[in-house]
Amino acid sequence: MRDEHLILRVVMKVLFAPIILFAFYVQFHGDYGPGGGFQAGVIFAVAFILHGLIYGVAATKRAMPQGVLSALMSIGLLLYTGTGALTMLLGRNLLAYDALAPNSTHHAGQHWGILIVEFGVGMTVAATMLTIFYHFSSREPEIRDEDW
Amino acid sequence: MTIADQLPVLPIILPLVLAPFAILLRNGRAAHVFAVVVCGAAFAFCAMLLARVTAEGVISYALGDWAPPIGIEYRVDLANALVMLLVSGVATLAAAFSYASIRTEIDDRQLPLFYAAFMICMTGLLGVTVTGDAFNVFVFLEISSLSTYALVALGARVDRRALTAAFNYLVMGTLGATFFVIGLGLIYQATGTLNMADIRAQLSAGPPGAMPNSMVEAAFAFILVGMGLKAAAFPMHLWMPNAYAYAPSAVSAFIAAASTKVAVYVLIRFTFTIFGSDFDFIDAMLTYVLTPIALAGMFFASIVAVFQEDVKRMLAYSSVGQIGYMLLGISFGTEAGLQASLIHIFNHGLMKSALFMAVACVMLRLGVHTCSGFHGLTKRMPFTAAAFIFSGLSLVGVPLTVGFVSKWYLLQAAFDAGRPWAGFLIVASSLIAVVYVGRVIELILLRDPPSEGLLANDVDGNPVREAPLSMLIPMWVLVGANIYFGLRTDLTAEIAGRAAAALMGGAQ
Amino acid sequence: MDPLQFIIDRYNYWIFIVLMMIGLYTVIARGNLIKKIIGLNIFQTSVFIYYISIGKITGGTAPIYTTAHQEKLFGHGESHERESHDGEGHGGGHGDQSHGPEAAGHESDDGHGEDASTDHAAEPLHAGASNDAAALTAGAGEAPHGAPGDIHAGAPNPPDALTGGDPATTEALGLTINPDLVEPIYSNPLPHVLILTAIVVGVATTAVGLALAVRIREAYGTIEEDELEDADNIAEFGVADPRDREPPPGGKGERPDGPPRGAKLAGDRLSTRLGRGGAS
Repeated sequence: MRDEHLILRVVMKVLFAPIILFAFYVQFHGDYGPGGGFQAGVIFAVAFILHGLIYGVAATKRAMPQGVLSALMSIGLLLYTGTGALTMLLGRNLLAYDALAPNSTHHAGQHWGILIVEFGVGMTVAATMLTIFYHFSSREPEIRDEDW
Repeated sequence: MTIADQLPVLPIILPLVLAPFAILLRNGRAAHVFAVVVCGAAFAFCAMLLARVTAEGVISYALGDWAPPIGIEYRVDLANALVMLLVSGVATLAAAFSYASIRTEIDDRQLPLFYAAFMICMTGLLGVTVTGDAFNVFVFLEISSLSTYALVALGARVDRRALTAAFNYLVMGTLGATFFVIGLGLIYQATGTLNMADIRAQLSAGPPGAMPNSMVEAAFAFILVGMGLKAAAFPMHLWMPNAYAYAPSAVSAFIAAASTKVAVYVLIRFTFTIFGSDFDFIDAMLTYVLTPIALAGMFFASIVAVFQEDVKRMLAYSSVGQIGYMLLGISFGTEAGLQASLIHIFNHGLMKSALFMAVACVMLRLGVHTCSGFHGLTKRMPFTAAAFIFSGLSLVGVPLTVGFVSKWYLLQAAFDAGRPWAGFLIVASSLIAVVYVGRVIELILLRDPPSEGLLANDVDGNPVREAPLSMLIPMWVLVGANIYFGLRTDLTAEIAGRAAAALMGGAQ
Repeated sequence: MDPLQFIIDRYNYWIFIVLMMIGLYTVIARGNLIKKIIGLNIFQTSVFIYYISIGKITGGTAPIYTTAHQEKLFGHGESHERESHDGEGHGGGHGDQSHGPEAAGHESDDGHGEDASTDHAAEPLHAGASNDAAALTAGAGEAPHGAPGDIHAGAPNPPDALTGGDPATTEALGLTINPDLVEPIYSNPLPHVLILTAIVVGVATTAVGLALAVRIREAYGTIEEDELEDADNIAEFGVADPRDREPPPGGKGERPDGPPRGAKLAGDRLSTRLGRGGAS
């Protein structure tokens, strides 16, 4: 039965890695050009959603369990807000990323700050998108509380 | 740099950073304690903030060291310090109050998520209040609204109508927020800035007659409609009664006190800080739009409240009416009116929250929030009954309670503004409040508790006991605040008076 | 003024208004919850288009500095203290000279369409070359930015493009350092940044709305608004007719016929408790 979608499955296998790679490209190139965490996170999630569409959500859940996603969501958010809060601990205002590299003459701290924040955003967005996909695609007719 | 310099941002960043931890805790009890501690800390910061603003004046905080008007600025003056104190205070008490009530209404496994959403909701409301950047208001407003939709929908376990209520709230709330954004876009197009103080400067500057143009007026109209929807001002209140009635009891106690008040605050901020009543169109708006809306809300919503069988719905309709009082105060366009509005925002938060908490106690024991649950409550749950009666009297405006203070200043403002008829209407609509509150109080005091049927015993089939201490204490703290601020009128009145003067001062 | 020209010049506003009305109509007139959400999305999208179009400047390009422009503009990277939001990571951050050429080379090397317009900032913008806004204004006789009603009407210049025209901001940015600079013309990025935020909010709202629709479907078996209302009425009063919805005026107790509503709720509550098997 699975063989019916042979083309899709092969194409998926070919595309999976480049999509992930492209996600990372958009993620880290966001510092220099269009891109950034939100877009990267969505692209990253798309790879797994595509996987889920073709191989079934159960298979995707084995590759990327829901528990990991919940942790990624929280950790991403913590990275994001934590970086801002860290600058407060370093004695500057919230989000004043210059505090991360106080001796830099060319705002290297801004570079670092944005990089970390965007990474956190990417993590949270990817995990959230996948969670939404899991929940919508694997809902049972009757409400199970752990799904909600 | 000390903690004092970071005060404006701490109440926002603290719950925002820590909310994910609540999810990671995975234990309802631990998440509850955690949420109370975090909300309490936010409350402490807000209290320190208010003290500092009272002593030193306006505090400006540049996020990321980007100086305003380019960067986002948090700007704390007395008006928003007061609202922040209310929001964080009620959030702390509601969080402390919630545990015994919420765990009977939602699944245990959802408790950490519930407390995370609760904290984020508070963060959003505080953020709306503290920020001095117009677009930032929208972002925080949506943070709080999205978490509120989820919180309301959690009531589905008890009553599935919570789902449709949350959906309607979502549609209305999103429409409101989008209207608000359209207004911001028009303002930005006209002035090229989003910083509130800078918008003000741009509107006042320029060649005579250039500002405000029709674009700015349209912007204000959009913002008025958007915030009217969020604040549940009278004709735009349809989402609210169901959302409040079917949300989990503890959630009602929080959002009824906080979310609409914050929307009213935003309306005040935009009307007076950004536009200012020296613009003709603001004056016209106050007289010909806001006054009818306020009066219609005061009467229609109060009359509808009289016929509600469900006490939570009754309180929700009463909230629509009370929003009418706040808008009426604003519509006078005077310092006294604004002062009365700010006082009422604070006081109404205190009384409505206490009332919803009392209903939550009844809900916990009897499983209902209809009038039938209140029969002879004094004989079964005396402390809950007394709390309901005291805060109900406060809602009516009986002397020695905060409700009286609100009404007194509102009446004074009406006569000062040369609108004695408005004063009479305030008294008249208070009489309707006497009817709907009195109806429930009559049931509480004079009826006998049902001796048979489902309501003869509590939900577990045992004789009805008083609500647990963990619920009674926060509730009575609020009732105490109702009476304390009713006696020490100088505290709120002075702060609100100075805040109103500062807000109006921005107009000159 | 030629009325036709008046209308054509503001075509981006007409698109905005028409889409907004379609969206609002859908939200109000459709009873299906999913259709309501679609209407809500159209409504929000109209606002996104409005924001994007006010940030667009005819001939303007995406606001990304190339190294050459930056040196032309500021002389050297460290001369300014503050950078506007849009310059983050490109102006102040990009002042990192050792990275500059490398990054520029990187940009021109990659073949993705989204970057195609960004590294040739001096070139006039072609339709389809920029991310979103170009298609809206390409070929327009007049930039929306210059429409009457805008106090900053007139030919857009680069500082205006960056700051939305606020002179104080322009000065604070130090962008007037080199007034001879006429190229490149940047589109105003701030509305785009703002609307990116609004899009994220819109996505979140849609997700919550759809989740609620799924839950409603499970709880009621329908997502048609009138059927939902009927279901609620039947559960509460035993009749679907809305005229019977109001309880008798002034009625304090239960309706004589049918089970009292409170009892029904209590029953639900009890069954909820029993169903949970003492989880509390």
